[in-house]
Amino acid sequence: MTDQVTVPAGSQRLAGSRRGSLVGWAFVTPFVILFVLFGLVPVIYSLYLAFTNRSGAGVGLANFAKAIDDFRFWPAVQHVAIFTIIWLVLLAVLVVGLTLVIHRIARRRTKAFIRFAYYIPGALAGASSVLLWLFLLDPSVSPVSWLLRLTGAETFQQVVSSERLPVIFALIAFWTGAGGWILVLYGALNTIPTEVMEAAKVDGAGPIRSAIQIELPMIRKSIVYMLILTLAAGTQLFVEPQLVSQASFGIVPNDYSVNQLAYVFAFGQNDFNGSAAISVLLLVVAVVGAALFVWRGKLFEAE
Amino acid sequence: MRSSATGHGAGNRHLRARTAAVGMLVGVLALAACSGGTTVGGTSTASDTSSPYGFKAAAQTEGAPITVWVDSTRQPAAKAFQAAHPDIKINIVAYDGNANGSNTFKTKTQLFDRAGSGWPDVAFTTDNNSAAWGSLTGTAALAPVNKGLIPQASLDKFAKGALDVCTLDGVAYCLRNDLAQNVLWYNKKLMDEWGYTVPTTWEDYQTLAGKVATEHPGYIVGTAGDAWTPEIYFWAAQCPANKVTGPTAVSVNTADPACVKAAKLLDGLIANKTMSTLSLFGPEFAQTQGDKVLMLPGPSWYGGAVFQGAIKSPAGQIAAAAPLKWADASSPATGNVGGGAWWISSHSANLKAATAFATWVTSQSAFDGALVPTYPANTAAAADWVKASQKDGYYANDIQPAFETAAAQVWSGWGSPSFSQEAIWAKVVQAGMTKGQTIESLLPAWQAQVANEAKALGYTVTTP
Repeated sequence: MTDQVTVPAGSQRLAGSRRGSLVGWAFVTPFVILFVLFGLVPVIYSLYLAFTNRSGAGVGLANFAKAIDDFRFWPAVQHVAIFTIIWLVLLAVLVVGLTLVIHRIARRRTKAFIRFAYYIPGALAGASSVLLWLFLLDPSVSPVSWLLRLTGAETFQQVVSSERLPVIFALIAFWTGAGGWILVLYGALNTIPTEVMEAAKVDGAGPIRSAIQIELPMIRKSIVYMLILTLAAGTQLFVEPQLVSQASFGIVPNDYSVNQLAYVFAFGQNDFNGSAAISVLLLVVAVVGAALFVWRGKLFEAE
Repeated sequence: MRSSATGHGAGNRHLRARTAAVGMLVGVLALAACSGGTTVGGTSTASDTSSPYGFKAAAQTEGAPITVWVDSTRQPAAKAFQAAHPDIKINIVAYDGNANGSNTFKTKTQLFDRAGSGWPDVAFTTDNNSAAWGSLTGTAALAPVNKGLIPQASLDKFAKGALDVCTLDGVAYCLRNDLAQNVLWYNKKLMDEWGYTVPTTWEDYQTLAGKVATEHPGYIVGTAGDAWTPEIYFWAAQCPANKVTGPTAVSVNTADPACVKAAKLLDGLIANKTMSTLSLFGPEFAQTQGDKVLMLPGPSWYGGAVFQGAIKSPAGQIAAAAPLKWADASSPATGNVGGGAWWISSHSANLKAATAFATWVTSQSAFDGALVPTYPANTAAAADWVKASQKDGYYANDIQPAFETAAAQVWSGWGSPSFSQEAIWAKVVQAGMTKGQTIESLLPAWQAQVANEAKALGYTVTTP
């Protein structure tokens, strides 16, 4: 950020960079304040809650033990794990593939239109896009009811039967989230110097070869970044099952995902400490997963 | 992108948004869509015999404004009170009491408990589960009404047993808004045309359903597609699936012959297609079976919400009969689906006004000339209500005898624990039914789930 505002060269350099860093601070301060208030403080508070009981006395790992022992915990973990894996694979394969294809389209206007079209679903806020899906998934009102019937489901309750749910949630999440990532990766592809691509062409690399050997490695960091954020969001699955649960009149339980279980703990059982323990577990999983991606994806390695 | 990180507050917003958008969930849905949950490790109500109210009340301030929480259906009641009592300062807060109201009431109350302030003085919910957690939270959120707060003479104005559903250990925590006693609704025009007599026992009902299946296929004698199905069929069969034996003790035995016979009845009727498995308030039911209802065992509020609301049956056809009974049952019994309640907070700084409010709104049958949508729990108001609701001639018979018989027959062996029987039924039994499993085969899973949920909430569970 400072680079962009720094006055270039000469005797002004020192004063300029100082002013630049001031401007930089001015830019990040609102974020830092909000981050501390709504990011850091709640995390620290939930760490405190996770290791204490109602009256604030330290209880070690008891809250974690209770949460893990809960009869709903492992089913929820399984649901979220299957969903997240499907979603990650969908994103990794389809988003990267689609981006490479769009990037190759020669006509500018077609390109711009396709990028815009992909982005539209992402512009809808999370809950409202799920609402849209509730209509799509109900054979009695869905415009694609023939497709649903083809899969053997006559009623909404059958469409959202337990074995289909991970795929449905992954589709919803993909539909809402993919467009944004296509834009990000598209931007990353644009940073590849044209000389490199031209050199590849001269050396006789076809589109597939140059995609695999040049473009993919060069946007690797962006892909890893996408996977990290997706993993964090995926393990926090909440809105989709919560709304589907309400729409199915409870046939899809309100403790389907781990995050929902944390919600039930806090507001169904008035057990904020147990709820915090579940949240901390989720945080650990997301951090470990992210660390793995950072390490394997060499995210912080200087070129 | 995904807004999952904001979970909590967002949940309620989404809930409202969805209700508005899907649009088909009339307020009634929530009459049954209950909540679950309670305090784990909470203490029992701090009773205080030296207090005139029987509980530890907050410092009272004469003339302090009161805050009341109502759902949109009960808003006219609060406004009418305001107009009739200009001397009492009152803030009316509309909340999503319609859709799973007691859940919001509970979650907010638990946050207020942590914050130490913010409780409403009076709140309305569409179900009665609040008693279970309200009696237990660390701060004893709900005020007992029968320990001095409200004179016995006023409590006696409620129908017999009306407060049972919110009574724990002899302490009542609510003023009941309406009764939701189950009767047998039927289409008199069709029954007469086809020469059928209205059954009085479940056995006759089953036989008649068999005849309907062959003589008039497509017509239905009931529905089992809603989460309150057990409250209609299993409650009436006196099935011990939901017996609350103490403030934190339940017993459950779904293998009991009473449960098995109810399950077999439903399975048989589902098999011969006279029992619908669609939700009454889903879009499909109105479309495909709305005009095929021959009989419909269900709560008193079906008259307005289902027949005049969701499926719009023409006037002059729908009638109500006394609830069905099992031939082998020693006493007639029926169930109850919801029936809202008013709760007074023990934290209220103006209990006098809060009490005046709750007492007044429960004693009316109409507000500003508009009849309340459900059968009042207050006996005098109920009598007025039945008379007024029949004035337009919608019903094909006099519904008063059926309603009154049913009101006195609600079996007391089905309790209001702090977990939601309906949520459990939906999650386990209905989910299995959509995969083609019979209800009888799902009875063990039902029991296991009840036991699990109860234990998670700190209940002691007795199973056979």
